Amino acid sequence: MWSRGRSIITMLVLVLLSVGLLGALAFGQVYDRDETLYVSGAAWGPPNDWNPFITWSKANTTGTLGYVYETLFMYDPLNDAFIPFLAEKGEWITDTSYEITLRKGLTWTDGTPLTAEDVAFTMNLGNQYEALWFAPMWDYVTSVISFGDRIVRFDFTDDPLYQEFDNNLYNIPIVPKHIWESKSEEDITGGANENPVGSGAFLYETHSSDRNVWIRNDSWWGNDIFGAPPMKRIVDVRFSSNSVALGSVIKGDVDLSNNFLPGIATLAEKGYVTTYFDGAPYMLAANTAVLFLNTTKKPMDDAAFRRALAYAINVDDIVSVAYANLVAAASPTGLLPQLSKYDDQAVIDESGWTYDPAMAAQILADNGYVDLDGDGYVEAPDGSTIALEVTCPLGWTDWMESIAVISDSAKAAGINIEDVTPDYGSWNTALTTLGFDMTLNNWANLSNTPWTLYNLLFRHPIQDIMGSGNFGAYDNQELFDLVDALAAVPTTDLAGMQAVCSQIQTIMLTEVPMIPLWYNGLWAQYSEAVWTNWPTEASNDPARLPSTWHGYWQLGGLLTLLELELAE
Amino acid sequence: MRRYFGRKLLIYFITFFLAVTIDWLIPRFMPGNPVQNMLARAAVRPEAAEVMYSYYTRAFGLDVPIWQQYLNFWNALFHGDLGTSVYLFPQPVAKVLRESIPYDIFLLLPAILLSWWAGNKFGAFAARTKRLDNTLLPIGYILTATPYMWLGILLAWAFGIVLDIFPIAGAYSFSMEPHWSWLFIGDVLKHWFLPFASLFLVGFGGWAIGMRNMIIYELEADYSHYLEALGAPRRLVRKYAFRNAILPQITGLALQLGVIVAGALVTEVVFSYPGIGYLLLAAIQNQDYFLIQGCFLFIITGVLLANFLIDIAYVIVDPRVRRGMVGE
Repeated sequence: MWSRGRSIITMLVLVLLSVGLLGALAFGQVYDRDETLYVSGAAWGPPNDWNPFITWSKANTTGTLGYVYETLFMYDPLNDAFIPFLAEKGEWITDTSYEITLRKGLTWTDGTPLTAEDVAFTMNLGNQYEALWFAPMWDYVTSVISFGDRIVRFDFTDDPLYQEFDNNLYNIPIVPKHIWESKSEEDITGGANENPVGSGAFLYETHSSDRNVWIRNDSWWGNDIFGAPPMKRIVDVRFSSNSVALGSVIKGDVDLSNNFLPGIATLAEKGYVTTYFDGAPYMLAANTAVLFLNTTKKPMDDAAFRRALAYAINVDDIVSVAYANLVAAASPTGLLPQLSKYDDQAVIDESGWTYDPAMAAQILADNGYVDLDGDGYVEAPDGSTIALEVTCPLGWTDWMESIAVISDSAKAAGINIEDVTPDYGSWNTALTTLGFDMTLNNWANLSNTPWTLYNLLFRHPIQDIMGSGNFGAYDNQELFDLVDALAAVPTTDLAGMQAVCSQIQTIMLTEVPMIPLWYNGLWAQYSEAVWTNWPTEASNDPARLPSTWHGYWQLGGLLTLLELELAE
Repeated sequence: MRRYFGRKLLIYFITFFLAVTIDWLIPRFMPGNPVQNMLARAAVRPEAAEVMYSYYTRAFGLDVPIWQQYLNFWNALFHGDLGTSVYLFPQPVAKVLRESIPYDIFLLLPAILLSWWAGNKFGAFAARTKRLDNTLLPIGYILTATPYMWLGILLAWAFGIVLDIFPIAGAYSFSMEPHWSWLFIGDVLKHWFLPFASLFLVGFGGWAIGMRNMIIYELEADYSHYLEALGAPRRLVRKYAFRNAILPQITGLALQLGVIVAGALVTEVVFSYPGIGYLLLAAIQNQDYFLIQGCFLFIITGVLLANFLIDIAYVIVDPRVRRGMVGE
């Protein structure tokens, strides 16, 4: 029997060898190291689609919007400036009419010219299909019309949401009319769009379940304006765990890693990798981690209790223990450092908070929260026991450690909070259906306006399912009106924006509807072995972001890649 | 013989039906709503969110009553349609699996067969050989008790990072496009080796220990003593003992398959190996009903098929079963 088995194995080997020999003659595609940039950290799953309108899966094919499809403008968050991209300029002709002039000589990668008609077509898709994310823009846009090849005019109702519109200008990907006009609704809103045709600096080349490969578009319209990309290919790698990502960074297999790697500070100190800042927090801030409180539930419905909690949480420990100093504590307003000009320091000085357990105890005692049964934890003023849970998804190790710190410091201050980690799916459902006591969330990304954060924190109206913001269902019409008012302030009116923000912050800091805790980093560590000229605090001119995350290409991510240089 | 296999096949079909039904049912008992989770990150205004929610619920066929969904599921399954993945929307599950499953087979089949074969050979050889019994078998005990993931991480660290002789991620280099050449085949094997080795080693330890114990048991049996008393050479006695000892090991293989598959899934995550391991994990976390169903369908089919093959093998190697069937 065994000899029969052995002969089968021998046969197999022979077949394999002969196939291999034949194949050796075939042309082999191996990328040269000095023509290829390896990046990682955006994708969390296999590539699923290249449809620029499906926003929630673009991390897996990051660059679909950025490499292939492009936007009218880019936005530089470090200098708060719009960078004309496909558009040469854009200006408000009247308060309700905005005109864009496209650059000359724009082309799609199939050779067809990119014209104003494509832009108008793209914008009008939002009017046609409700399921597209920018459809709500049409509540205040009345028409988008092209004039000639280069002029597009947007006409508005009397009360346009300037803040959202500006945001859309650098987020809506322009698609080619001659390809998309024949697509069905299903294909436009949910089609995979394999082999995408865009206008960008890179073309889709190939993918497999753990990588995307993009190849340079040698006839890119931007070569003369922004400079041609120095790398021929970009290979975007997906690792299935942080430890693998860490190993690959140490080995120098990956040039730019946007994974969160605990302990990267130590490696940066030893010179294995470079980060944006030389010292803590090493990373730029990307978004704010906010502790949402379920305000429909006792005792979180009591502003005094929420305030005591804000004083009780030891954010310094989260920063130093859970993150090993890779993040910085957040301002009580939650606004990112890049948006700090909208912080009203007077309001913060008066009503802000910092970690202060004595103050927490004082507020609790003053408001009738006392320990009646001697178990070390306070009871509610009506005598009922307080036993709460703070949650985050299982496996999000940094957040798991953070909620452990929250639990510990709250307990030390006499508030009984346990940390619990359900799996992602049930956490997500609990998050959107008020199925939690308190939980972490950070879904407002770096943007051109504080409205983005407030739109997450104070999403309204209050509904059964709070799908994408205000998860604790904090209900305050005065505040909602202020957020709506902010949305309608022209982005050029800095004083007007600051005035509304100040009013929002006054309510936010006295009512404490949720507690901003720390700034999650724009995780980025780079190896200088093959590619150099990475953005750092020192070489910050012009401002660029070292990120390959979806949504960051228009914030300077692409410019970062264009300005890389081959190491000597 | 026909009756024997007929009955076996019937049992397999019933098992398949029940397993697939449970596979369909369990994800739906999980708390949470997949479409809502998918759309949560779209961050659109509440009015738009409602429209998108009902649109996608319809698109996934989740808007009809649950019994209807179940019937639709079987109907689609018979047409080879496994549905659309929620987590990897808009990819069809069948396509996602088609890209991943070859890696699983490439990893599992050699690991299972070689570890079983080598483990049994070594166990039989080591039994009653004092030096091996005292030195190598304890190692076998440690190996078989090692969690797959842990061994995987150790191997990756030692051979991937410290010694730097094997890659630690992917099925082939990130600098290569698949093509037929020695370079590429070598690259694939190099990437395959560590995940394979961690599966192999754990399996090897278990089979070796099992075989050693069986051989010792068989050597104590009356027939062995009788043979020895007749003056048969040691090799001959051991040969007979091996033939008897291999039978429980075959049954053991059938029983272990599920555990080995589970181990392979974890190993794939450790090595970023593109099989269904990471997919299944992510599918469960994202409550992707369709992808979970698809992954388990593959596992169920694979395990049942392997069991069936083992049944056939049993008939071939165990004369008693063969005789029993002829007697019927």
